[in-house]
Amino acid sequence: MKFFRLIWVNLLRKKIRTTLTIGSFMVALFLYGLLVAIRAAFGGGADVAGVDRLNVINKTSLIMPLPFSYGERLAGMPGITGVTFATWFGGVYQDEKNFFPQFAVEQDTWLKVYSEFVVPEAERKAFLADRQGCLVGRKLAKRFGFKVGDRIPLRGTIWTGTWEFNVRGIYEGNRPEVDTTPLLFRYDYLEERRNFGKGTVGWYVVKLASPDDAVKVTKAIDDAFANSPYETLTQTEKAFAASFAKQMGNIEFLVLVIGSVVFFTLLLVAGNTMAIAVRERTPELAVLKTVGFTDLGVLGLVMAETLIIAGQGGVIGLLLAKFFTLGGDPTGGFLGNFYLGWGSLGLGLVLAVAVGIVSGILPAVSAMRLRVVDALRRV
Amino acid sequence: MVKVDGKGNGTSLVQVRELDKKYQRGSEEIHVLQGLNLDVGSGEFVAFMGPSGSGKTTLLNLLGGLDLPTSGSIKVAGDEITRMSANKLTAWRARHVGFIFQMYNLIPVLTAFQNVELPLLLTKLSKADRKKHVETALAMVGLADRMNHYPRQLSGGQEQRVAIARAIVADATFLLADEPTGDLDRRSAGEIMELLDRLVHEHGKTLLMVTHDPRAAERAHVVLHLDKGVLVEGGAGGGGEA
Repeated sequence: MKFFRLIWVNLLRKKIRTTLTIGSFMVALFLYGLLVAIRAAFGGGADVAGVDRLNVINKTSLIMPLPFSYGERLAGMPGITGVTFATWFGGVYQDEKNFFPQFAVEQDTWLKVYSEFVVPEAERKAFLADRQGCLVGRKLAKRFGFKVGDRIPLRGTIWTGTWEFNVRGIYEGNRPEVDTTPLLFRYDYLEERRNFGKGTVGWYVVKLASPDDAVKVTKAIDDAFANSPYETLTQTEKAFAASFAKQMGNIEFLVLVIGSVVFFTLLLVAGNTMAIAVRERTPELAVLKTVGFTDLGVLGLVMAETLIIAGQGGVIGLLLAKFFTLGGDPTGGFLGNFYLGWGSLGLGLVLAVAVGIVSGILPAVSAMRLRVVDALRRV
Repeated sequence: MVKVDGKGNGTSLVQVRELDKKYQRGSEEIHVLQGLNLDVGSGEFVAFMGPSGSGKTTLLNLLGGLDLPTSGSIKVAGDEITRMSANKLTAWRARHVGFIFQMYNLIPVLTAFQNVELPLLLTKLSKADRKKHVETALAMVGLADRMNHYPRQLSGGQEQRVAIARAIVADATFLLADEPTGDLDRRSAGEIMELLDRLVHEHGKTLLMVTHDPRAAERAHVVLHLDKGVLVEGGAGGGGEA
């Protein structure tokens, strides 16, 4: 603690430079936060996917259906404790720009398999009692001001015509990162009204007795339906969500590339700043060594300065990103699950500190290796 | 007692034997110090004079453990410093040597108090004890009323006095001064020499000083001339007996 003042006054000696360096960390970490949130939004919940669930889709393509009959066969397989299914609806609410996802879901089993969706019991019962009933997520309800009892008309794009739904409940996520932007409606309503595709589902979701059985059950399902007209591709929910997102493009890669460029640039900026700071203070570092500071002590002082800069900039940038994402989807619907989790914030801080260490290590080592007699000659 | 013939009786505070220092500059080897011997007793004030490049500062750096000789030995208060590890030498330096530089070398972002406190940060002294030591040292150099001033708010002479306070605050065994008046006007230089004189005569400090200034050298007990890497007795200064 007695050395903190020495570190602090050194940070304050060039206030503009220190502020700008902290600012560069701040901007980089803010950008990191946004990129992570965008990735999460495009990932369609890949990060919050259940490890005890598998998704079963048509082996040919996600857009090809599977027959109803598979549900019973799946339910009878060992290691599976629950089966539900869904289909993408693709309706338009008032205008194309009001995009939000809508799924027809098997009403009796969906909420049992997706325990992260929390619906008040009375609203759940109302949903099950109304064939035209639907559940809307909290974010979606907030976006359009939907309330229980409202009637929502959607213009069908796959199954044409106007489809009307009664809002019977508003669901929450049991964790902040759960996507609450979709509208869920009853499968029997879709089945009753659609004029093609009857008797099929978009994909199945099976709940496992144990996540350890995932590999075994995956193989068992795909083997069971091999060489049939509807061969299956079973994958973990995370892989399913990721493949869903890949239909939009390789967002993961883009995020990785942009993030890498940002951090590499930050590394150069911070490294250069610390190198200049150390070079300017060469005689002073020599004096510290002269009065008894060890080589490691001098290294520690320089590293501490870098880490304070990195930590401060990182924390401010991450908090700004967190506040920004708390405001929800900035695009008005395109990035439904725009969310920055605490885990990602922690990782961001680790990245900031790592960049701080890497950028500070060379100047710190040069300060450590400084020969007093050489340095004093430069005065 | 100051001797340069290597025949000291072994009780000297500083005992240098057959000290050699060579530098390599490109393909040229420069022999700065050649078989140098020196004995300095406790409480002595020795001035080293000589032309530029004669090795005065090199000798001071070697005596202060800032540099290592090519060969030879340096014993200070019984410690053979030429064979110490880097860390041990740093600790030894903190405990035994007080440095005073021509350019003062104060940390500009620290106040006079904080600059003087620097060597004490490495000790186990409490904050209150450190404060007491720093205040005493600054009072000794006549700057008790300037302890919260930054170096830029002080004159050159005052800055050098802060540097002297920093050198004495940890009660070093001996002081090494490299051209302490070299950057000062005549009046300030006189004041600094007055102060160093008092440290020797009133507080019993041992002082080894490099200088070009004959007036400063006059105050030393002994003036030694370095020429071509060899020490030659130059007689007594005006400061006492040789």
